Amino acid sequence: MNDDVPVSSRRRLRHTAVAVLGAVSLLVLAACGSADPTPTTASSPDAFEPVAQKEGSEITVWADATRVPGVQAYQKAHPNVKIKIVTYSGDANGANDLQTKVQLFDRAGGGWPDVAFSANVNDASWASQGKSPYAAPVNQGVIPQSTLKGFADGALNPCTFNGNTYCLRNDLAQNVLWYNKSLMEKFGYSVPTTWEEYQALGEKVAKEHPGYLVGTAGDAWSPEVYFWASQCPASTATGAKKVKVDLRDAKCTRMAKLLDTLIAKGSVSKDTVFSAGFIKNQASKVLMLPGPSWFGQVLFNSTFKTPKGQVAAASPLKFEGDTKNHTGNVGGGLWFVSSHSKNLKASADLVTWMTTSDAYQGTAGTYPAYKKAAVTWLANQKKTGYFAEDVGPVFKESAELIWPGWAATQYSQEAIYSSTVVPALNSGKTLTETMDTWQTAITNKAKSLGYTVN
Amino acid sequence: MTTHLATERSGRRRGRSARNPAGRAGYVFVSGYVLLLLAFGVLPTCYAVWLALSNSRNQLVGLGNFTRTFADYRFGPAFLHIGLYLVVWLASLMILVVLLSLMLHGRMRRASTTLRFLFYLPGALAGVASVLLFLILLDPAASPVGWLLKSFGWNTLAQVNAPGHLPVLFTVIAFWTGAGGWIVVMYGALNSIPDEILEAARIDGASTLQIALRIQIPMITKWIAYMLILAFAAGTQLFVEPQLVSLASWGMIPDSWSPNQLSYQYAFQAGDFNGAAALSVDLLILGLACAALVVFRTGLFDREEG
Repeated sequence: MNDDVPVSSRRRLRHTAVAVLGAVSLLVLAACGSADPTPTTASSPDAFEPVAQKEGSEITVWADATRVPGVQAYQKAHPNVKIKIVTYSGDANGANDLQTKVQLFDRAGGGWPDVAFSANVNDASWASQGKSPYAAPVNQGVIPQSTLKGFADGALNPCTFNGNTYCLRNDLAQNVLWYNKSLMEKFGYSVPTTWEEYQALGEKVAKEHPGYLVGTAGDAWSPEVYFWASQCPASTATGAKKVKVDLRDAKCTRMAKLLDTLIAKGSVSKDTVFSAGFIKNQASKVLMLPGPSWFGQVLFNSTFKTPKGQVAAASPLKFEGDTKNHTGNVGGGLWFVSSHSKNLKASADLVTWMTTSDAYQGTAGTYPAYKKAAVTWLANQKKTGYFAEDVGPVFKESAELIWPGWAATQYSQEAIYSSTVVPALNSGKTLTETMDTWQTAITNKAKSLGYTVN
Repeated sequence: MTTHLATERSGRRRGRSARNPAGRAGYVFVSGYVLLLLAFGVLPTCYAVWLALSNSRNQLVGLGNFTRTFADYRFGPAFLHIGLYLVVWLASLMILVVLLSLMLHGRMRRASTTLRFLFYLPGALAGVASVLLFLILLDPAASPVGWLLKSFGWNTLAQVNAPGHLPVLFTVIAFWTGAGGWIVVMYGALNSIPDEILEAARIDGASTLQIALRIQIPMITKWIAYMLILAFAAGTQLFVEPQLVSLASWGMIPDSWSPNQLSYQYAFQAGDFNGAAALSVDLLILGLACAALVVFRTGLFDREEG
């Protein structure tokens, strides 16, 4: 018996293999459908139909570690509401946990969190799509119009698709020009108001104080800081799931040339501000830094540990040829109410409290998107005395200056920039030389997610 | 010799049929494993094959998903990346593991217990944790071996992570996390070689190198083949290393660097589970093909010689 085992098992193996091959080829031959993935329905259903509501039922809230204390504060103030809090990554730093999990919940047909926070400002682009989008259109009787109107102008743009609002904005991340007032005074420089002056000053700094920096181009969000402000059509929505990508536009190349000049001179770094090397060696040499409003507390205060009374913010820069200055924004969290929630009332109330209440937003780390809360927030910032000047007027001004031509898309401009442009910069190429590769990368990624690119 | 073998075989045969009820106990022992294998190995594989051949409306589409994913602009680069990685990783694994275990076995018998333990240690750490450790090691500003990185002219994390370095970088991580276990296995294999054979060779005047090349390595070929199959399968499925290094470097590594990552992008960014399944079936076929090649070339499963 032992002797013929290999032979018979081999024969059996061959038989099984033939049977499996036969079955597979039958399946292959039986093909009748199209392999195209379901075209995502561009227009969502007109009227939102909630699932059967169960008053007083428990709601599940997903939030990141920064926002969880806020949810706990809400729980304390509203002891009658049953809340289950789940801490997750909050989709920070390019994570896509929420989307991953929602895809699985969609397949399983249950398990969606009633309320979810996301630090990724692009998340509404997928949460508003599909046969039954995850996000509830909150403007359809979930949250009153009066509340929605209280947000800063354009703050809800990343939430708005096909005329519906699918989320509430937690905070704005409008870009301003950060500068070190003490250093500027010491060197005898004045704060630039145009990109041309900025470039001239950058060249001067490189000559007079080598090693000092006026910006960084190695951050994932560099496109949003520099190219958005330059009104570069890198991602302009021209319709539902249609985008225009044109990096050869003069408004893109002018910014690329400006940065190339300053990178070559050495006053714009190819590193990212959060890298260990930058924090260790360059943090004290930052003279100016165009960047989002949260840089103030999060970067200068907590990460760079720049002493009190040195850092100040100036208005976003403009190009001399333009009539008005524009800016971009880097992130800005979103709150979703699930369209599958059995307790929309409690979910909506929580989301409203988290985004609009002075109690929470007034002391949050980031600039509130809700206008009234922003006033309280700015007053509190002034009280901390961290900034060399009141940042209030600049923040308020730049919140309304965000160029509307840059759309929230299902793909991340940040991921594309950091995986195609940053390595090229570090291998010694210039931005201008990389524009074509970058253009192709955006176009390919957009098409792979079902966008029409023109 | 032949007669001896024959009697031994017939003896075993008789023994087995006499202990027939005990043979059934074997089924009980493997049943737990088989159930889990069915639930978490076989069924998901069948489901993946079904998904790969159908679309989201549950219609059969033949090879449509395969041709569609093949035409994807990321397909070629992802498989090229993994191909380069496999060349570097498998070559260094085979050479270094065999070399180190030969040295442990022959030259350093006294220190070998300690060394074996040290080699095995990183493997005992959870894979992801070891990768996290590397994220610190790779940043010249934070790394304890920063001077080494700087001596290569790499002063920032971005320079260390340059696209051309990635296959070697992932090999270093994978070697650190995985090779220790294999060294222990190979050491065990070398121990199974009867001392008489080695002694006879030595009396015949064979040098250490000759013993290694003519006796030890040929006698552990099956073990090396076994390592090759498993390392190839694990290597094609590379996911954690690029994913984590990408997160740590603020996305400097494309989100679909390896085929497994591309499959993840299909499933979770585009919500296209059928395309994702097609890609994982591609990997399954590759792994099976490699295994088949190695098994039939080395006779891995042949029970006895002759």
